[in-house]
Amino acid sequence: MTRTTLFQDLDALLEPIGDGASIVVPTETNGVAMAATRALIRKGVKDLTLVGGPTSGLQVDLLIGAGVVSTIECAAVSLGEFGIGPRFRAAAEAGRLTIRETTCPAVHAALQAGEKGNPFMPLRGIVGSDLLERRPDWRVIDNPFASEGTHDPIVLLPAITPDFALFHAALADVHGNVWVGRRREIMTMAHAAGRALVTVEGIYDGDLLADETMAPGTLPALYVEGLSVQEKGSWPLGFADAYPTDAPHMRAYVAAAKSEEGFARYLDEFVLNRAAAA
Amino acid sequence: MADYSRGELLATVLADTVGYARCITVGAVSPIPAAAALLVRETAAKPVDVIILGSTRHFPFTDGGREVFDFAGRGRIDVFFLGGGQIDGAANINLVGAGPWDAPKPRFPGSFGSAYLYYLVPRVILFREEHSRRVLVPKVDFVSAPGSSPPEVHRPGGPAALVTGKARFAFDKERRRFRLVSIHPGHDLDEIVAETGFDFDHDADVPATPAPTDAQLAILRSVAREELADTYPEFVRDQLAGPATAA
Repeated sequence: MTRTTLFQDLDALLEPIGDGASIVVPTETNGVAMAATRALIRKGVKDLTLVGGPTSGLQVDLLIGAGVVSTIECAAVSLGEFGIGPRFRAAAEAGRLTIRETTCPAVHAALQAGEKGNPFMPLRGIVGSDLLERRPDWRVIDNPFASEGTHDPIVLLPAITPDFALFHAALADVHGNVWVGRRREIMTMAHAAGRALVTVEGIYDGDLLADETMAPGTLPALYVEGLSVQEKGSWPLGFADAYPTDAPHMRAYVAAAKSEEGFARYLDEFVLNRAAAA
Repeated sequence: MADYSRGELLATVLADTVGYARCITVGAVSPIPAAAALLVRETAAKPVDVIILGSTRHFPFTDGGREVFDFAGRGRIDVFFLGGGQIDGAANINLVGAGPWDAPKPRFPGSFGSAYLYYLVPRVILFREEHSRRVLVPKVDFVSAPGSSPPEVHRPGGPAALVTGKARFAFDKERRRFRLVSIHPGHDLDEIVAETGFDFDHDADVPATPAPTDAQLAILRSVAREELADTYPEFVRDQLAGPATAA
């Protein structure tokens, strides 16, 4: 029944991602695949576009700093209480990064258009924001359903259909079904993307779709291209209620990444050094 | 020395700006607005729903990250709190960056949900602790979301108030200007004028912001302290600990 390549190592999981690919990822503690992100840096791909879910943090900051990502579409790059992403800030200030400015519900809505195969989605708000100046691909039209003689401008967002959705989840079963629970924006991302690449904490003993309580929170294997078991796969970020963010590590990262030299040392120690990073 | 913390004072000021609300929603990394929302809930005559982004306990949604925005679009959120790297006298907010967009200094994190929620939530309360000419500018360099819109734009929402670490302002929608409502203890009008980069209206005598009442402090140090401990442990430890450790 399944065409999912199950339970491979990280290098095999990430094999389909080539230069220039676009990837959609979830937000900070909702299932960011950090172990896979470190493997992506080691792989040495470049010019990736990262669509943030709808905001991103440590993951995109690392990928920008390592020269993997050259274009982002994130409503914000924030490490939460640890502040702005230092490598994002440096790249943005130096003009080294293509930033497709957006706002959280626009990312959600454009992914919904993508999952339906529709060309666009309308969204309220935004009219009068300078976001429109930075997004020539967004259009403002008159609501065609407004009562006659009234002028009701509304924004149309083109669909987002990334090549890949990359995320971390709690469980997968041997059929390749993935349990995301209440983090249903991940389902939208996987529906909108071409293929989902997933790391999981562990294996579910049984069929997730056969269990009435688990099935509604389950992404069917139909969407899943590859799976890899990675315990603590979101570290140093927290993951749902399973484990908290490693705050001392985050503070150390923010301090190191303030300079290019410090960031390079961080990469050496925690990313390129496979023994420590895996 | 006052026997309340700075966070406790600001939470009571924010709570006072909320007015009546059925549903208050608080964004991520916003401990003081979260405490304010719980204070309103505990003192309101009618039930109030409090939604806190970033919290599991106070995030009663099951349809993914989009649901809170759909909830707002449908008119179900009455009050939301927004900040800004820059805020100007017409209540335009900038969460993108100071200076030119393609060479900002500094770059800010990004617009988050502001370009939507500012339009759709009836009462948006702007909150920024730093009260300086760096933040409160004559005109923002980038409009993440405007303070007001032409009449044809669908906009049931917008700014109601601005609270800083030094003062409380109300936004006059007709005049599109802020009016100084009160000045927090330890600050005066000359300082507010000197530290504010935009013109605002004020009376000759501006009242002092009232100190938190014992009843308010009791709620912050019991209910808010307990309910926010998971999401904001450091804030709870440093700001809602009671008189022994207060500023």
